[in-house]
Amino acid sequence: MSSDKDQVMSFTRRALVMGGVKGALVLTLAARLGYLQLVESSKFKTLADKNRINLKLLAPVRGIIYDRNGQGLAINEQDFRVQVTPEQTEDLEGSLETLSRILPLRPQEIESVLTRANQQAKFLPIEIIDNLSWEQVAAIEVNMPDLAGISIDEGKRRFYPQGPATAHLVGYVGSVAKHDRGQDPVLGLPGFRVGKTGLEKEYETELRGEAGNSRIEVNVAGRMIRELERENGKTGENIALTVDLDLQKKVQEFLGREKSASAVVMDAHTGAVYALASSPSFDPNLFSTGISQDAWNLLNTDDTHPLNNKAVGGVYPPGSTFKMITAMAGLEANVIKEDTQIYCPGYYEIGDHRFHCWKKGGHGTVDLTQALCQSCDTFFYSLSRDIGIDRIAAMANRLGLGDTLGIELPEERKGTVPSQAWKLKALGKKWEGGETVVASIGQGYLQATPLQLATMTARLVNGGKAVKPWVVAKIGQKDVGHARGNWPELGLIPEHIMRVRMGMEAVVNDERGTAHPYAVNDPAQAFGGKTGTAQVRRITEQQREEGMVPQEDQPWKFRHQGLFVGYAPKDNPRYVTCVVVEHAGGSGPAVSIAKDILLAVQAMQVGNTPVRHAPARDVPSKEDKARGTL
Amino acid sequence: MNLFAPRDNFGRSGMTSRLGAIPLALVGSVVVLACIGFAALYSAAGGNWDPWAKQQAIRFSVGFIGMLVVACLDLKWIFRFSYHFWFLCVILLVVVEVGGVIGMGAQRWINLGFINLQPSDLMKVAIVLALARYYHGLQGDEPRRLKSLILPIVMTLIPVSLIVVQPDLGTGLMIIMIAAAMVFLGGAPWWLFAGGLAALGAIIPTAYHFLHDYQKKRVMTFLNPESDPLGAGYHITQSKIAIGSGGLSGKGYLEGSQAHLNFLPEKHTDFIFTLWAEEWGFIGGIALLLLFSFIFFQGYRIALRAKTPFGRLLALGLITNYAIYIVINIGMVTGMMPVVGEPLPLISYGGTVMISTLFAFGLMMCVAVNRNTMLPRS
Repeated sequence: MSSDKDQVMSFTRRALVMGGVKGALVLTLAARLGYLQLVESSKFKTLADKNRINLKLLAPVRGIIYDRNGQGLAINEQDFRVQVTPEQTEDLEGSLETLSRILPLRPQEIESVLTRANQQAKFLPIEIIDNLSWEQVAAIEVNMPDLAGISIDEGKRRFYPQGPATAHLVGYVGSVAKHDRGQDPVLGLPGFRVGKTGLEKEYETELRGEAGNSRIEVNVAGRMIRELERENGKTGENIALTVDLDLQKKVQEFLGREKSASAVVMDAHTGAVYALASSPSFDPNLFSTGISQDAWNLLNTDDTHPLNNKAVGGVYPPGSTFKMITAMAGLEANVIKEDTQIYCPGYYEIGDHRFHCWKKGGHGTVDLTQALCQSCDTFFYSLSRDIGIDRIAAMANRLGLGDTLGIELPEERKGTVPSQAWKLKALGKKWEGGETVVASIGQGYLQATPLQLATMTARLVNGGKAVKPWVVAKIGQKDVGHARGNWPELGLIPEHIMRVRMGMEAVVNDERGTAHPYAVNDPAQAFGGKTGTAQVRRITEQQREEGMVPQEDQPWKFRHQGLFVGYAPKDNPRYVTCVVVEHAGGSGPAVSIAKDILLAVQAMQVGNTPVRHAPARDVPSKEDKARGTL
Repeated sequence: MNLFAPRDNFGRSGMTSRLGAIPLALVGSVVVLACIGFAALYSAAGGNWDPWAKQQAIRFSVGFIGMLVVACLDLKWIFRFSYHFWFLCVILLVVVEVGGVIGMGAQRWINLGFINLQPSDLMKVAIVLALARYYHGLQGDEPRRLKSLILPIVMTLIPVSLIVVQPDLGTGLMIIMIAAAMVFLGGAPWWLFAGGLAALGAIIPTAYHFLHDYQKKRVMTFLNPESDPLGAGYHITQSKIAIGSGGLSGKGYLEGSQAHLNFLPEKHTDFIFTLWAEEWGFIGGIALLLLFSFIFFQGYRIALRAKTPFGRLLALGLITNYAIYIVINIGMVTGMMPVVGEPLPLISYGGTVMISTLFAFGLMMCVAVNRNTMLPRS
């Protein structure tokens, strides 16, 4: 039995050895736990937080643009999208097929959903179609039990309820281009839109607002588990304009009578723009959803340039509308005196070069009033060199030509006011006397926008105040228009202004006036102004001798530009307008439109009531907050 | 033959006296451990009894009764059928090889309807039983003779080769370790183990070439988990983050972000300890280690008080088996060992391990109940 005892001893000994090994191993594990959880703990805590917290940006709601009466010009519309989440359906194709029975889907739409499903994580929803109608949403909701994985998502979409009527003024939003990607991270959000043109572009910062963020706990695949914290961003500022939507629509409608035209209506004293339109127009809503290539090409290749805001971005030779400037410069230089009279035989000669008046037989003897009234070129030709181009150019600059006026539209252009210095700098050539003669009737190098010509008229009829056009009255609660009250004096002599205004009054109201056929008889609503017809092509001597081809028989592109600047009421001017009808052949159509505009703006008494405060920023409702948390 | 001996060593008879002889401390420890497991699985499911905790509790209830029944068996009966059980497990392994359910890329299970039986887990108990019986029969200096090693080696290599081809290298290695422990406890010469360790060091580089790709990857990942944090090293890295971020007192029950956000893979099975240590911190982890140590101590106590070599070897072999599980699993999830896919018995979700572990504890208790039962030596 001693061997038995030995065996027990041996077993006990070995058991204790193994027990020691186990003890050592357990101690090692304990030490390892201590190392991980006590010594290195903070490092792992950081890693764990990085693992689970994700910052998600919340797109801010874009500010709304209102007209002066609180009508929405650019608003945010609820946008219903139908989407499918691949992981929520066992048969993706089947779900789409069922859906297509309710909502017709094109094969390529189904195809693109299937392609994307293979490219991205299964829990990410894929948009199938957006812009659903209420009926479509309802039809899908009712059939929801049969539509595995299909859901309706609600977002915001920029919408321009006035469509083409305010397209150029308000502009439109579009996808963020690569070069637009600034430091604002919100620009990286899928589907985010920024202003591309018009006020949408100019006030991008104000309208955009500030992105909110939501700290969400995510799992390893990036799927949201719950929201830890939410910071609602700031809604963009709402903007209220000086523009009156009803007038704007009327102006757009009047312009529509012609193939291509533009107009500005503004207050002669304050500079507030009441309407600013360019025709033909386009539907800006095409851009907020993404315009098709075909539609884009069509808009871009059209020779009437529908996408351009011609009221601020179109530059035209001012033609006879420039004669007020020449007159003012002549009066100030004392070249035109009270008794200055010129005989017009139908042309004016320097050496052997003959400058033709528009009226072949000539106007006979005319003074300043009649020269403006009948738009006699010879009167201005013959005085032009005595006045000199630099005086004319200086007057043009004072009255608002040759530089931007600072209207809040990025499309605004400077135009051109030539002078001796300008020619030397721009063309490297010396100024010639004949060029002054041409410039005195608004031809040659001269180029101006309808906005500039309207401003020129305003500065003349308001008594010589350096009014500038503006269109934004209020940004949020801030009254930005109020600061634009006191325009500085231009230093024009009132008597000079009176004499020029007499001429402008005669243009419409004198029987010999170039715009007389459109005169308004009611003295309370009668208007004054100046016609302009600008040549697009040089007319050669040969053409004059062979007899001129009537304008209406020429190709559209070669016809004269028709212009008119006007104001009303004639005795106490309040409203000014400038209408340019491209290639009208003459000024008639422009006068016709201007008359309708001036009658309309007076009838509506635009500007008699102050611009309404834009509603305060939208504050996210409680439901919005609740919806954000899962 | 009567399964339950008519009289026990205290002179009392029948089931009641046997039940009374079951060591309560061990039973209590098992129950506490299982409850920790339920709590952890409840948390793993994000605070739900489904799908794991409830299922686990049902299995435990069945297994617990089974454990008590085994505890009350006559040790003589167990002794007699030790080799048969080993043989049965070998047959099951063959069956798995032929027609097992494919799972996780390896054939390991037999579907019995209510449970997916993993014969390799049962084999861990069977090898202990078989070797205990073998060494029980050796007398005098027989255990020290080299020829006495032949049968243990054969009895080990047959199941190991079947398991390794499944392929399940980890379990194969574990069975070799258990067998080696049994041979050591049985009385094989000391130098054999010193030499064996040396030989192992020489063999490992050669053996590495014969590993499957995924096994090689596991080894490489273990050596440098950060080299591939989103690939093969992902499990270990994430597990270490979870445990480490638990800190001293943990993130709180049901608050383990790593586990609940699915950063932690297999959180309900092999990585259950990670979830526990994340939520309960260092304190919880040490408490669990103390409970394991207490169970080890119970096992040793039973072994050292048993009167027969079979009882001693059986109890110590089984407790060693359990200890190997613990060390491998916790070593793995804390990044000290390669990922071998061994669960934490009684806590990890899983049917066969639960059943085989409770069976093993039942056998241990049986040794305690039958500590005075004498068994034939040849």
